[in-house]
Amino acid sequence: MLQAVIFYLLAIATVLSGLAVITRRNPIASAVSLVVTFFFLAALYVMLGAHFVAVTQVLVYAGAVMVLFVFVIMLLNLRGTDPRELPDLAPRGLVGLAVAGFIGMGLVVSIDALRLVDMGPVADDFGTIQQVGTIIFDGTYLLPFEVASALLTVAMVGAVVLAKREI
Amino acid sequence: MNGAPPVAASGLLFNSAPLHALVLGLVVVSLCMGVAAWSIWYERKFAARMQNRPGPTEVGPWGLLQPIADGLKMLQKEDIVPAAVDRPLFELAPLLVVVASLGTLAVIPWGDGLVIADLHIGVLFALALSSLMLLPVWMAGWASNNKYALLGGMRAIAQGVSYEIPLLLAATVPIVLAGSFRLGDIVEAQAGLRWFALWPPGPGAVAFVLFFMASLAEANRIPFDIPEAESELVAGVTVEYTGMKFGMFYLAEYLHTLIASAIAATLFLGGWDMGPLGAGVHWMVLKTLVLFAVIFWIRWSWLRLRADQLMALSWRWLVPLGLVLVMASATWVVLA
Repeated sequence: MLQAVIFYLLAIATVLSGLAVITRRNPIASAVSLVVTFFFLAALYVMLGAHFVAVTQVLVYAGAVMVLFVFVIMLLNLRGTDPRELPDLAPRGLVGLAVAGFIGMGLVVSIDALRLVDMGPVADDFGTIQQVGTIIFDGTYLLPFEVASALLTVAMVGAVVLAKREI
Repeated sequence: MNGAPPVAASGLLFNSAPLHALVLGLVVVSLCMGVAAWSIWYERKFAARMQNRPGPTEVGPWGLLQPIADGLKMLQKEDIVPAAVDRPLFELAPLLVVVASLGTLAVIPWGDGLVIADLHIGVLFALALSSLMLLPVWMAGWASNNKYALLGGMRAIAQGVSYEIPLLLAATVPIVLAGSFRLGDIVEAQAGLRWFALWPPGPGAVAFVLFFMASLAEANRIPFDIPEAESELVAGVTVEYTGMKFGMFYLAEYLHTLIASAIAATLFLGGWDMGPLGAGVHWMVLKTLVLFAVIFWIRWSWLRLRADQLMALSWRWLVPLGLVLVMASATWVVLA
C-alpha cells in the first residue's frame, strides 16, 4: 500500500517534470526540469530494486545535462538573444507529436507482447553490479551492448567532425 | 556472485533500519556541520600562522568562538535579491548546494557498522552526489544574471566535467583491488595496514594522489579554484548572494572538502582500521582531519592554475594516467 502511494507520487512527479521540460520557453529552466525528471526516474529505479541503474542514471545524466547547459549558453551567446525570445516551435510540435505517438505505440505493443504476469519476488542479488555485469558480459546481451557502445562512439566522432572544420 | 542484500543488515544501532539511519544520520550531519563551521576558524588561524600574523583572537579564547560570531553576523544581514535574477533558481541554489554535499554522508563508514546505509553501490553513490554539487553552483552562476557569476558557473562546469573523469578512474583502483563497490568491504580489504595508498606499491599511491587532486578540483579548492578566482571574478558564482545564502555556499565548500577527505581516507587509507593499533571511529576521524589539514596547507602554499592549464592538466595528463592505473591494478589483481 505504502509502496503504491510512493510509486504514484513519484510517477506523477516524473510526468509533471517531464512536461515542464518541453513546455518551458527558457532553455535553462527546461534543462533544470530535465535533471528533476532524471531524479524521479532514478527514484523509480530504486523502487524496482535496480540500484545500480538508479545511481548510474544520476551520475551519467547529471554530467550530460551540465554539458547541455554549456551548449545552450554558447549557442545563445552567439546569437545574442534572450532565451525567452526563441522562435515559436508550435508547427514543428505536430511532427514531434506524431513521432512520439509512433514510439509510444511501439512501446505499448512491445510491453503487451511481454505478457506481464506475476513473476514472484526477484532474487536477492537483483540489481547488484555483479548481476548486471554478468548479464551484460556473459554473452546474453554482449552484442547489443557493444553495438550500443560503437553507436555512441560514431555519434561522438560525428559531432566532433561537424563542430570542428579543421581538426 | 554474492547474494548480498542492497543494505547490510548487520551492525545496526537499533533493531529497525530506518531508526538506525535516522539517529546516526542526525548525529553525523550535526557533527560534520560543526566540524565544517570550526574548520573555517582553523583555516583562518592556519593561514594566519603561515603568513606570520595572529589571525582571529578577539571572540573567545584563541578566537575559538569566531564561527558563532560569523554565523550570527550573516543571519542578521539584509537578504538582498537583485531585481534581474531568475528567482526560483536563485533561491534554490544555496539550499541544494548544502543538500548535495550532505547526501554523500549517507554511505561513509565511520566505524565497523557505523554507517547510515552501507549501500552495495556506495562508491558510485558518493561520487554521483559529489558530482551533483556542480548543478547548484551552476544554477547560482546562471540565475544571478551577473557576468562574473556566469563566468564562474561556466568555469565550474568545465572544470567539474573534466576532473570527474580522473576522479572516477582513480576511485576505480580501490574498487578493482577490493572487488567491491561497498565502502565497508573496501575498508575491510585494507585490514592490517594494507592500505591501497601503500599496497600494491605503485598504482595505489599514484591513484591516491590522483584522487586527492581531482577531489580538490571538485571541491573548487586552490590550486583548482578558478570558478571563484577572486582576483578575476570578484567572488565567482556567489557574487550576488548576501547574508546566510552566501553563508550556505561558504559552509558547503568546507563540507564538501571535509567529505572528500573522508572518502579519500576510506578508499585509500584504510578507513577506521589501523592494523595493530586497533580499529575505531577515532582513526577514521583522525585520517579525515589530517587530509583536511593537508588541503588547507596546499591552499596557502600553492598558486592558482590558469583556466587553460587546468584543462590541459586534466585531459592531457590525468585522464591517460587514470586509464593506465586502472589497467595496472586490474593486471595486479589477475596476476596476484
